[in-house]
Amino acid sequence: MTEAQATACPPSKADEALLKVANLEAWYGESHVLQGISFDVFPGEVVTLLGRNGAGRTTTLRSIMGLVASRTGSILYDGSETITRSARAIARSGIALVPEERAVFATLSVRENLLLPPVVKEGGMSLEEIFGLFPNLRERLDSPGTKLSGGEQQMLAIGRILRTGARLILLDEPTEGLAPVIVQQIGRTVAALKRQGYTIVLVEQNFRFASTLADRHIVIEQGRVVDQIAADEVASNEAKLHDYLGV
Amino acid sequence: MVTILGVPLQALLGQLLVGAINGGFYALLSLGIAIIFGMLHIINFAHGALYMMGAFMAWILLNYFGLNFWFALVIAPIVVGLVGIVLERTLLSRLYNQDHLYNLLLTFGLGLIIVGLFRIGFGGSGKPYSPPEALMGALNLGFMFLPVYRGFVLAVALVSCLVVWLVIERTRLGAYLRAATENAEIVEAFGINVPLLIALTYGGGVALAGFAGVLAAPIYSVYPNMGHDLMIIVFALVVIGGLGSIFGAIVTGFSLGIIEGLTKVFYPEASTTVVFVLMAVVLLVKPAGLFGKEA
Repeated sequence: MTEAQATACPPSKADEALLKVANLEAWYGESHVLQGISFDVFPGEVVTLLGRNGAGRTTTLRSIMGLVASRTGSILYDGSETITRSARAIARSGIALVPEERAVFATLSVRENLLLPPVVKEGGMSLEEIFGLFPNLRERLDSPGTKLSGGEQQMLAIGRILRTGARLILLDEPTEGLAPVIVQQIGRTVAALKRQGYTIVLVEQNFRFASTLADRHIVIEQGRVVDQIAADEVASNEAKLHDYLGV
Repeated sequence: MVTILGVPLQALLGQLLVGAINGGFYALLSLGIAIIFGMLHIINFAHGALYMMGAFMAWILLNYFGLNFWFALVIAPIVVGLVGIVLERTLLSRLYNQDHLYNLLLTFGLGLIIVGLFRIGFGGSGKPYSPPEALMGALNLGFMFLPVYRGFVLAVALVSCLVVWLVIERTRLGAYLRAATENAEIVEAFGINVPLLIALTYGGGVALAGFAGVLAAPIYSVYPNMGHDLMIIVFALVVIGGLGSIFGAIVTGFSLGIIEGLTKVFYPEASTTVVFVLMAVVLLVKPAGLFGKEA
């Protein structure tokens, strides 16, 4: 599939993309990590970025969030260009990142962690709604952030950005290192967020997890989009996917 | 006469109090350095010069504008804080992507320039600054006469440290500061203005130095080098407490002031070196400092 074909999918929604990434290039020092990434994400979609380690998936999320200083191309969010904006301004426009390392603050309690990100848009969840998704957090409100288990830290990392009113959520490896039962809970949460109309871009190593949630899979290799596979095409493309992911 | 280890109780209690008062200055100054280091990861070698600037601000406000100590206590920290914000925005912020050594050298150079400018403008000799009338005189504590002003300094230092600690530990602003200290990038990605937080942190940290300078003006005379000797001890205290540890800076500041005071009673010859001996011992046993976190 060519880049042009990749960005055109799905054609019926082409004019309505919430996020439109075009020719995104990014560098870490001398290293040319993203070499012209292009894809669209439509409102209410869950899209996964698939690929092997080092393909550029996390860098794509970080570039969308404005955390990679050296980047070129175009990133339109809700029709506005964000490529020249700071991470702060991008967050204020309604995009939120749940980073791979979770970034739960050790010196802050769970309550402080939850209340840390400012509300940037109307329509964010209340604490009660967040506790509805993650009941564990209510019981651990006064615990230091890093006294939580890995699963609870992931719940906290997701929960705190749901307060902000952000409508596009960038989830980087949310199931990494978690027990199967927690992975299932994270999966139910992502599905619930999708039902509530959130748009989610997911970087995920666990394809079995991603395949149950995503509307579309975007395959990245060596800093480029090489394929896009809709959820209903996964079964017929299994061999190709195994080849892409090296599994 | 009651004695402890051959030392009269009166002398012992007196030195304890003097040590606690000195500890108040140490705590205020090391608190500012700890806050700045925590957020900016630089050791602010201009701190002593900005402490001196606070004292000079008090003297200037009195002698050029007729504004007394109480006005100086409010105005001088604000002016010093604003100077700090300008320095941070125009100079320090340009070096954040470089090795921390560059900012250390920059603040060291800034300190020398500020002291030099005051020496050119006001000369090198000490200038007297009287305590406010309301704080003149002395209290008879039974074991010693405590100058009211020194008691005031001790109380103000304690309250100021407590307020700063509460702001950092119990407020939303404090949560932003602690979070940005841990991971500024993610805090920025939440939509929080981290450069503004950094500027306010530096401004707030040096404002504390300016505040300590005003408090010091009636005790020590006001002169350009007044921050120099004190800062050598304060940097040792910060190392003992743990670089960047707010709680460590406060506890170590007061404790070491008292230890220094007691050393003056029991073994005066070691009173000027006891802090450095303790620093060496702490570095050997716990390199991150008593309250610092191991890297």
